[in-house]
Amino acid sequence: MVYLTRVEHFNAAHKLANPNWTKEKNEEVFGVCANENWHGHNYELFVTIKGKPDADTGFLFDVKKLSVIIRKYVIDELDHKNLNIDVPFMQGQMCSTENLALAIWKQLAPHIPSVVQLHSIKLYETPRIYVEYFGE
Amino acid sequence: MEQKVAVSRKEHFNAAHRLFCADWSDAENKRVFGACSNPNYHGHNYELVVQVIGYPDPQTGFVINTKDLSILVEKEVIARFDHKNLNLDTDAFKNLNPTAENIARVIYDFLRPNISASLELKIRLYETERNFVDYPA
Repeated sequence: MVYLTRVEHFNAAHKLANPNWTKEKNEEVFGVCANENWHGHNYELFVTIKGKPDADTGFLFDVKKLSVIIRKYVIDELDHKNLNIDVPFMQGQMCSTENLALAIWKQLAPHIPSVVQLHSIKLYETPRIYVEYFGE
Repeated sequence: MEQKVAVSRKEHFNAAHRLFCADWSDAENKRVFGACSNPNYHGHNYELVVQVIGYPDPQTGFVINTKDLSILVEKEVIARFDHKNLNLDTDAFKNLNPTAENIARVIYDFLRPNISASLELKIRLYETERNFVDYPA
């Protein structure tokens, strides 16, 4: 089994605030991340697939095609957007890095060719904070 | 002759912003600023490098005490910009487009009066890993 990772990035605004809570409660739980006027990040996305290299090409999967899939179903939806407002697949959800990684998995999984498996989504919100999701 | 030394302190802040010119139509803003003019904002992890250049003090060996510099940058810059919307939450960009160029100039103006006139000051601001500006140039 070989693992292949493609790195992409997007820049987006968001806020962490539960609409069912008061402003005070949100500030208590989420601190400065609850700023009503948003803040933002440079997100770095690592998409890892796994499988066996093809005998003829030596490739697990054409990484350029993987990039096109990620761009079409994830980056084009998220880059230079407000995650809370502009992104249909984040509607009704808290825009935490955890939930974003889960949503990215759901966006990508149906479009990954059956010759390989989606192994993990690793999403950096800042250079010091990241989450990983393995589809479990 | 004693040589000057450059001392740098790195800090970071995360902020939302939008690039647009209020005098222009939405279409014109979209044409010039592209996705950066999204009316709902987008955001960045900004990395700031504040560089101070001068002769080390003969008694301390310091050009500047980096802890003092860190406290100054935190007070003058990070406290104003971190987890803020640069367009909406800051006085500096009420009427100034928050491009990386302008943010670097504003940061310089915040810091310059607080650093000895005998020391040079340079600002490097990364908007993304691949886009950064230097001021003064």
